[in-house]
Amino acid sequence: MSFQAIDLFTLLPELVVLITACTVLVVDLYLPADRKDANQLITFAGLVLALLAVGVVGLSFGPEPTLAFGGAFVRDPLSDLLKGAVLVVTLLAFAYSARYMRERNMWVGEFHVLVLFALLGILVMISANGFLTIYLGLELLALCLYALVAFNRDSGAGAEAAMKYFVLGALGSGMLLYGISMIYGATGELGFAPVAQAMSADGAESRILVFGLVFVIIGIAFKFGAVPFHMWIPDVYQGAPAPVALFLSSAPKVAAFAMAVRILVDALAGLGSDWSDILIILSVLSMGIGNVVAIAQSNIKRMLGYSTISHVGFIFLGLLAGTHEGYVAAMFYAVVYALMAAGAFGVLVMLSHQGFEAENLDDLKGLGDRDPWLAAMMTLVMFSMAGVPPLVGFMAKLLVLQAVIDIGLVWLAVVAVVFSIVGAFYYLRVVKMIYFDKPVSDAPVDSTRDARIAVSVNGLSMLVLGMFPAALLSLCEAAFAG
Amino acid sequence: MGFEKFLFYVFAAITVFAAGMVVTRRNPVQAVLYLVLAFVSSAALWLLIEAEFLGIVLVLVYVGAVMVLFLFVVMMLDIDITALQSQFIKHLPLGLVIAAMMLFNLFLVLGPSNFGLSAFPSPEPKPAGYSNTATLGLDLYTVYLYQFEIAAVILLVAIIAAIRLTLRRRPQTKYQDPARQVRVRKGPDRIRVVSMPAEPTPPPIMAAPRTEEEAAS
Repeated sequence: MSFQAIDLFTLLPELVVLITACTVLVVDLYLPADRKDANQLITFAGLVLALLAVGVVGLSFGPEPTLAFGGAFVRDPLSDLLKGAVLVVTLLAFAYSARYMRERNMWVGEFHVLVLFALLGILVMISANGFLTIYLGLELLALCLYALVAFNRDSGAGAEAAMKYFVLGALGSGMLLYGISMIYGATGELGFAPVAQAMSADGAESRILVFGLVFVIIGIAFKFGAVPFHMWIPDVYQGAPAPVALFLSSAPKVAAFAMAVRILVDALAGLGSDWSDILIILSVLSMGIGNVVAIAQSNIKRMLGYSTISHVGFIFLGLLAGTHEGYVAAMFYAVVYALMAAGAFGVLVMLSHQGFEAENLDDLKGLGDRDPWLAAMMTLVMFSMAGVPPLVGFMAKLLVLQAVIDIGLVWLAVVAVVFSIVGAFYYLRVVKMIYFDKPVSDAPVDSTRDARIAVSVNGLSMLVLGMFPAALLSLCEAAFAG
Repeated sequence: MGFEKFLFYVFAAITVFAAGMVVTRRNPVQAVLYLVLAFVSSAALWLLIEAEFLGIVLVLVYVGAVMVLFLFVVMMLDIDITALQSQFIKHLPLGLVIAAMMLFNLFLVLGPSNFGLSAFPSPEPKPAGYSNTATLGLDLYTVYLYQFEIAAVILLVAIIAAIRLTLRRRPQTKYQDPARQVRVRKGPDRIRVVSMPAEPTPPPIMAAPRTEEEAAS
């Protein structure tokens, strides 16, 4: 139980992120206003170091789970892969956002600090091995996100979005806490492994547990944005500054996935038949409402919001299968979705410029003429979201559907396919606007080097991961091998 | 045991009464004061189960700091009670139905069958010299070290976020700078002698003679 020095080594990625955030916080004080780019350099260096740290820690401990801090912290292949994915997405987010934030006088140290602390919260959630730790990580993440959504202080829409997000997020956290207190009441434990043990030892008091489970799932669905707890997503995506929406739509979804796996699979596996029924309802509603309502949107940020909701439905499909293949598929989907969302919002960020927000579908018209490379990348991302082979989105959908069919829920797979065809409409509409419509403006597109590299890596990764999914897939397999 | 039980029922009744008043009072300041009462009586309940530290913290932090802040905010805001009340009446039936269903559910789950004394016997009384503050402190800095540090980071983030969202330079704000005020010299800053030409006194204004129409009316 007592603290050992080796615990700090397992915690290395988190420590690197924490130290980077604090360094930026202090250095920012002494930087003159025209040298704020140094923040970006420190952040990049810290994120790359954290990626290395994930690799070093992962290689030195191998596939066996490592516990630290008296079982509060766990490092296993699942946490290594998810941490790596989140760090890569955060690197992309910073690369995209430099010009946008600079032009709007938001290129200040607090932006880096808050995103880094949000990242720290995600890392804590991914490695949490108990309800207390996961809740603290969640609050750390949520607090940073509330502030980031309201980051543009002169924007009324931003303040409104932050307020909605804050109230609903607090409600979701409250639900989650209430559920956790029920589970604690029934089992007397807060760690995931002890809860699972207590449940298998005396599974009798299931009424309290199911009551708690319902509230915990409501909390998880709030954080994911699954229907019927999705109301905040479109408003928040629309009101937040585009780089914040980019970060918000990608990395926290991976965190929500980690939270769902840790709580539902690690701790509450004994209630598997109960939670998989609830997830079926959430999943069908999310796919349906997300895809159908997205068609009616003319604001592309809102459209991507509803698209998030529908993708969450697909991630739930993998989870509810409750099989090894299902978890692998859901994890693959979550990681790939984070990349796709980062790419789609990244292009929007690059299209915005001084005094102009690219947020309507019409703003994409004629992008093929204005900037062929950016248009090609956006097309790759859109095709991938629609699930067109050979892009990675197809692979992700295929794996999830396979997992659902394997447990005999063919009707659910059919529903999913129907809704993804409905969804293909609005993704392809974007592609049509890019290539076949006349441009309405010919404003220059972001051509800074960092953003160019980021969008190229992001778009081409759709193609490469789609054609050679084996590497990522084997990592996902390893995560659930235990 | 008998007297403790009596105390428990007294404080429990006060808590429930105060909580009810919080929800039903029209005046928000009264509601906040009843909330303070609810906190104090639940602190007494903590004391009864030998959780002195939690009881004291509840009084110090919630009653002492949070509720005072809350009171400030409530007094500063101009809350339109009648508008709130009309909404309240409109949604009352739906709210009552949901509340009744929740209450029924809660009773099923939290009722004596699951959480009664048979499932959770009351803990053994601790020996006289036992300090649960010391035990809590030890646990917090050893077993829960990791969680404690995360909580510290959350507080840091709260500070950063609050400053980012509220601190800004407003050029048109009128504010006093004491340093400049002290540096003011008598010479050209405070007193300025203006030489003005002497003006002739104006002639006295004569009352206008009454007109024909006014005299007629």
